[in-house]
Amino acid sequence: MRAVENAVGVKIPDNARIIRNLLHGAQFQHDHIVHFYHLHALDWVDIISALKADPAKTATLADNVSGADVGGSVYYKNVQQRLKTFVDSGQLGPFSNAYWGHSAYKLPPEANLMAAAHYIEAIRLQARAARMHAIFAGKNPHLQGLVVGGVTCVKDLTPDRIAEFLYIWKETQSFVKNVYIPDLLAVASFYKDWGAIGGTTNFMAWGEFPESDQEPDSLYMPRGVINKRDLAGVKMPGQDKVTEHVMRSWYEGKDAKHPYKGETKPQYSEYKPDDGKYSWIKAPRYDGESCEVGPLARVLVAYAKGHKEIKALVDSTLKKLDVPVTALFSTLGRTAARGLESVAIGDRMEKWIMELVENVKKGDTKTFQSWEMPDKAEGVGLNDVPRGSLGHWIRIEDKKIANYQYVVPSTWNLGPRDDKGKLGPVEEALIGTPIADPKKPLEVLRTVHSFDPCIACGVHVIDAEADQVYKVKVL
Amino acid sequence: MEKENAFYAKLEQRGVSRRNFMQYCTYLTATMGLSSSFVPKVAEVFAAPKQRPPVIWLHFGECTGCSEALLRSQYPYPDDLVLEILSVEYHETIMAAAGHQAEEQLKMAVKKNKGKFICIVEGAISTKDNGVYGMVGGRTFLEIAKEVCPQAAAVICMGTCSSFGGIQAAKPNPGGYKSVSEVLGIKTLNIPGCPPNPINLVGTIVNYLLLGKLPNLDDKGRPYFAYGKTVHDQCPRRSHFENDEFVTEFGSEEAASGYCLYKMGCRGPDTFNNCPTAKFNDGTSWPVEAGHPCIGCSQPDFWDEMTPFYEEQ
Repeated sequence: MRAVENAVGVKIPDNARIIRNLLHGAQFQHDHIVHFYHLHALDWVDIISALKADPAKTATLADNVSGADVGGSVYYKNVQQRLKTFVDSGQLGPFSNAYWGHSAYKLPPEANLMAAAHYIEAIRLQARAARMHAIFAGKNPHLQGLVVGGVTCVKDLTPDRIAEFLYIWKETQSFVKNVYIPDLLAVASFYKDWGAIGGTTNFMAWGEFPESDQEPDSLYMPRGVINKRDLAGVKMPGQDKVTEHVMRSWYEGKDAKHPYKGETKPQYSEYKPDDGKYSWIKAPRYDGESCEVGPLARVLVAYAKGHKEIKALVDSTLKKLDVPVTALFSTLGRTAARGLESVAIGDRMEKWIMELVENVKKGDTKTFQSWEMPDKAEGVGLNDVPRGSLGHWIRIEDKKIANYQYVVPSTWNLGPRDDKGKLGPVEEALIGTPIADPKKPLEVLRTVHSFDPCIACGVHVIDAEADQVYKVKVL
Repeated sequence: MEKENAFYAKLEQRGVSRRNFMQYCTYLTATMGLSSSFVPKVAEVFAAPKQRPPVIWLHFGECTGCSEALLRSQYPYPDDLVLEILSVEYHETIMAAAGHQAEEQLKMAVKKNKGKFICIVEGAISTKDNGVYGMVGGRTFLEIAKEVCPQAAAVICMGTCSSFGGIQAAKPNPGGYKSVSEVLGIKTLNIPGCPPNPINLVGTIVNYLLLGKLPNLDDKGRPYFAYGKTVHDQCPRRSHFENDEFVTEFGSEEAASGYCLYKMGCRGPDTFNNCPTAKFNDGTSWPVEAGHPCIGCSQPDFWDEMTPFYEEQ
C-alpha cells in the first residue's frame, strides 16, 4: 500500500496515518505477546515440571516478581489441577513428544507453573487484544479497512468506538508491563549464559510509526543500519543499496538484483551440500552484507541514536539482569528486545489515541485522499513490522502492475548464503551453539525461534565427533 | 445435575460465569440454525467429554491465518478447545515438539486414531512437478495428504485455500496448486474464508459432537448454517441499496453515513457467508461495518473471479 502510494504520489490524511499507527501498534503488542508465550516460551519452560510445583510457593514467587492481577495459592492450585487432569487423560495433544525433562531446562517447578499459568492467561488476552483491529478494520486476522489513500473506517471515528479501542489497549498494555516483562526477566535470570550465544554482526531497520508526513525523520522507531556491532557508527540506509541474491536459492540465474529489477523464476533441484542451491528463500543483502532485522535490530538502532524511552528501558534491563551491553548481541538479547519495544510502542499508542481524539474534537474526520492511477510509475514502501524490516517495490505500466517484489523480515533473517559464501543471519547465529543432546537439539530451537521465523525451516545438526547428521525441522 | 454443577463450578474457577457460558451456547446454537431446545445440549458438549475427540491439523500451502483465526475464538477460548474439548494431536504452529519428534508424533497419532480422528486441513496442495513446491520434513504436501486424509473419520477444510485452492491456485498458479477435494477426489467439509470466522469451525465441531454427524452441506461442501445465504441478503446496509444510496468515495459523507458499498465493488451479492450476522472478534465488527467492501474471500477462485477489487462488477 505504501509502495503504491509512493508510486501514485498520494499523501494520506493525518487521521489515516494515526489509525494505521494504532492498528500497527496493536499488531506489535499482540504479536510479541503471542510470540513470547506461545511460540517461544516452551523452549525455556518445562510445562510437565510445573506438576511438581508447590502452589503456595508459586504464589509467593509470583507475588515477588509478577504484577499479574490474578494469582494466589488457590489460583495456582487450580491451574495445576487443570494441567494434571489434562496430563492424566493420556491425551497430551500439542504437548506430546516434546523435549520435557531435557537437561537444558533450568527453571524450578514453581517458575514453570507460573509461566504455564501465564501461557493460558496470554492465550485469552491475545484473543481480546485482536478486537482493536476489528474496531477500525473489520476483523483480525487479515484486516480490511486499509486502502491506497487512507483508511475506510470514517464511520467509526466516534467516541464510543475510540473509547472501546482505548479500553482494550489499556488492558493489553497492562499485561505487557505487569505480566510479560516480569516473566521475561524472571525466565532470563535463569538463562544468563544465553546472553553470549546466538548473536549476529550487522543490523538494519527501516523503522516505523511516522508521527508526521516526514519520513524517515518522524519515525518513532527510527531507521538505521549498524555494521560489525559498531553502535556509534549507526548510519541511515537507503533502499537503493538492497539486492537479492539467488546463487544458492532455487531460482533461475546467478546475479544479485535490486528489487525493482527482481525476478522470481523457480528452478528446483535436489539438495546438494557444498555449492548447490538449497533454499526457497532469496538472500537479501544491504550494501553487500547480510543483516539481522527485527526487534533486536530496531532496539539497537534506537539505542544507538539515543532514543529516550528505548535507552532507559535497555539500560535498566541490563542493570536488573546484571549483564554487560554486549549481552544484547545474543539470543537472550533478541528475546528481551522484543519485550522492551512492546513497552515503548504500547506506551506511545496512548499519545496517538489522544491525537485522534483531538482531531475528531475539532471536526477533522478526513480519512481518505483521492488519487489517480498514472500510466507509468514506480514506487517503494519501507517499514518495520513485528518480525522486522519490510520493503515492497512496484513498477506500474499501462496502469497495471509490471513488476512487484517484496523483501520480508524472514527473508532477511533466514536467507541462505550469497555468491560470496556469506552466511544469512540465522545461519551465523547458530554457529557455536552448545548442544547437550544432538538427538534433542532444544538449544537450536531457542535461537531459531528467537527470530520469530515466519517459515518452517530445515536445520541440520551435525555431531562433529560421531559425524552423524540429524535433520531438525523447526516449527 | 451433579456433573453439571461441578462443571459450572469449574467454569467459575476460570472466570467464566454460568450466565456468560449459557449466552455463548445460545449464540452458537443460533449460528448453527438449531432451535433453542438445543441450548442445554450444546452446553453439555463443552461439559467435559471422557475421551476428547482427536484432531490432526495439517498445514499445506497457506499463511497460517486460519490457525490464527481459531486462536481468536473467545467462546470457547483456545485453551478450553485444546485442554478440555478436543485433543489436538498434531498442529505445527502450536505443538511443542519439533523435527523428528514432530514427524513421529504425526505417524503415531494417525496410527492410534485411525478412522476416528477429524482431519482439519489448512492450505492448498501443490501438484506440479510431483508437488515439489510444498514440502514438510522432506515429504511433499501431496504425499502427506494422500497418506493421512483417507484415514480420517472426516476431512474439514479450514479456509479458502484448502477448500477451493485460494491464492496459491490463482492465475498463473505456478505451483499447480489445487484444493484437497480436487487432489484426493474425496468430499470434504469446507469452511471457506480468508480466514474464516472461527465460530463456523466451532459450530461444525459442536454439531459433530452433539449429533454424531456433520452438519448439512450445500453443493460446494459448505455448512448451510453458515453459508446458506448471501452477505448481501443479510447486510444491515441493504436498505440503502434498495433506496439507491451509495458510497462512491472512501471517507466521504456517504461513507460516514454508512451507505451501500456496492459501487465501491462490494461482492456481497455473490458471496455466501454469515459475516453480517456472526461478525468477527466477539461480534466487534466485520469488513462492511468498517466501511470496506466485501471482497468475496470465501468464494471459489475469488482472486480471479472477484478482481479487480474496488470496482463495480
